[in-house]
Amino acid sequence: MSQNDLINLSVKDLSVSFRTNTGTVKAVRNISFDLRKGETLAIVGESGSGKSVSAKAIMGILAPNSIIENGQIIYTDDDGNTVDFLSLKEEEFYKYRGRKVSMVFQDPMSSLNPIVKIGHQLTEAMILNGVSKEEAKVKAIELMKQVGIPHAEERFEQYPFEFSGGMRQRIVIAIAIAADPDILICDEPTTALDVTIQAQILDLIHKLIKERHISCIFITHNMGVVANIADRIAVMYAGKIVEYGKVDEIFYDPRHPYTWALLASMPDLDTTEKLASIPGTPPNMEMPPVGDAFAARNEYAMKIDFEEQPPLFEITPTHKAATWLLHPNAPHVDPPKIVTDRIRRMTKNAEVKTNE
Amino acid sequence: MSNEQNTNSEVILKVENLRQYFGTEKNALKAVDGVSFEVHKGEVLGIVGESGCGKTTVGRTIIKLYNATDGNVYFKGRRIVAGTKTLKEELEKAKKEGNKEKIAQIRGEIAKAKHDQKYCNKDYMQETGTKESLVTKIQMIFQDPIASLNPRMTVREIISEGLTIRGIKDKEFINNKVYEMLDLVGLVPEHADRYPHEFSGGQRQRIGIARAIVMEPEIMIADEPISALDVSIQAQVINLLNDLRNKMNLTILFIAHDLSVVKYFSDRIAVMYFGKLVELASSDELFAHPMHPYTKSLLSAIPIPDPHYEKQRVRIVYDPAESHDYSKNKPTLQEVRPGHFVLCNNEEAKKYKAE
Repeated sequence: MSQNDLINLSVKDLSVSFRTNTGTVKAVRNISFDLRKGETLAIVGESGSGKSVSAKAIMGILAPNSIIENGQIIYTDDDGNTVDFLSLKEEEFYKYRGRKVSMVFQDPMSSLNPIVKIGHQLTEAMILNGVSKEEAKVKAIELMKQVGIPHAEERFEQYPFEFSGGMRQRIVIAIAIAADPDILICDEPTTALDVTIQAQILDLIHKLIKERHISCIFITHNMGVVANIADRIAVMYAGKIVEYGKVDEIFYDPRHPYTWALLASMPDLDTTEKLASIPGTPPNMEMPPVGDAFAARNEYAMKIDFEEQPPLFEITPTHKAATWLLHPNAPHVDPPKIVTDRIRRMTKNAEVKTNE
Repeated sequence: MSNEQNTNSEVILKVENLRQYFGTEKNALKAVDGVSFEVHKGEVLGIVGESGCGKTTVGRTIIKLYNATDGNVYFKGRRIVAGTKTLKEELEKAKKEGNKEKIAQIRGEIAKAKHDQKYCNKDYMQETGTKESLVTKIQMIFQDPIASLNPRMTVREIISEGLTIRGIKDKEFINNKVYEMLDLVGLVPEHADRYPHEFSGGQRQRIGIARAIVMEPEIMIADEPISALDVSIQAQVINLLNDLRNKMNLTILFIAHDLSVVKYFSDRIAVMYFGKLVELASSDELFAHPMHPYTKSLLSAIPIPDPHYEKQRVRIVYDPAESHDYSKNKPTLQEVRPGHFVLCNNEEAKKYKAE
């Protein structure tokens, strides 16, 4: 697949800080990742790990008190033209924001205007772009049908409060894909929804990505959702990417202790043993620790973890992890039993299924 | 797990045809519409369902935060919640018939229900001669650890408030109790004089749990205790609840929508849909043999952290209009297998039994 070789978006060495009353919060610290054409990259991490800040930096919608310390965000279109988003002026950014890169937010209630009709919110951007009102309406209804809204013609005239949470999120997705973007950023689009609705929205995003050949950045903290949607995964902790790899590599061969902890902390349907909880809380990012930020909560931490930040060690060409455990001189440790057990169970299930 | 023992052990909480309507009588919102179940001593009963299905309302009505519209709740054999809707309807019927004997009887029952609803604590204290009220033996922990703690009270005040209300004035006793509770939930005595805003989400949830267990409850109603917490913190709280359950022999009503957590934590699971209980079974049984189409659809939607599984996932969609034909036979909760209850009519019950 030649198209998959195209790197749609490349984030290089990005650092973002926020000025606050008490000091500078270092939200994102030197992260780099590539988004390939047609792929879905999931960014996983808990709140405060910098995943939403990275997404907002790409969209150019960071809060005014933010400082982009360094880095590049390079966008490449289908013809191979490249542009660095961070060097763009606001007047130029509008050519890309919404048209090439667009975003779906977590809470569908607060991302829609409650006193404006759905139809108007859907067509607003199209009309501003010079499409006639009638044409825009036809297109909007077509979009609503595509995202699975029944009775689209009637629904067009309704207000957001007349929609359920899942339907609202469908509208938000329709608005996001209205201008046929290349890249769709989904910031926890299903967190506020019920399990059944969550599954529907995931199916919808899957379908749209395939049909329209969109590259997607999917931000979440739910490992189950990640397993469903991702091709590649970046695990973030305290503003850094601690592990980066293909979906199978992260789930079946995780290497970073934080990834182990994430996998071990939630039960799946076969879990009976005590959960391995992560002790303590994430570090204060006003004064990030000198060494590995996870060291204080990490039972496998070595002396060097507190003194020096680990580089990203390469395990395979596609799989990297930032932990000193991968250094040739480090002692060999196995992941916690709950993780190895689960991996064994999952691979066994997979074998059974392929044999059938 | 310990399900076999539990079926034999004492029924500590019995919910009987509970209804909770909101709004006016003509235009009632039926949040809970005829729910019955029993909770055995020492077990964890999970209640699952989507938002708006009434699972939180069930918990809140049991603890008497609302006045039940209809139905009864018995705690250790004593009626603590009593609604009167059915009785009132029967009274109207009897009045039409002009059956004086019946009218008098129903009136008596209504008066008794109202008395129980209002004075169940007082009666209990008088009869047993204790100063502890009955309803404080049921405690609740809430979903949002920020909204459920008073920001102007110190942790010491929050945890000891229940004891003070009970009439305990011995400062030293209260302080020792507070420290004991803090220790039990994994906090330290130094935390006692801080305010809630100084704590992280997980720690605040621990304070909420300490406030509940200081009353030495027999039943704990945990209303989505982990949904507002971060992934890495959720496991801490689940493990804490598990420890407490073993240490204090707690019975827990665990209300949640995250099915993998409910499966992990509960002995039995009740599935609710639009105010009705649609299925109730031990958790292994429910996941191995789901019968009600809604349960099947719910189970098919759980995200599993396994990419191979997720690629092959088949989602089942539930449409009540398509799945059931209740025009002739109205559904009731029937025991289809031992200990496995499903809301169905007789025809469906036959079909489920054959499965």
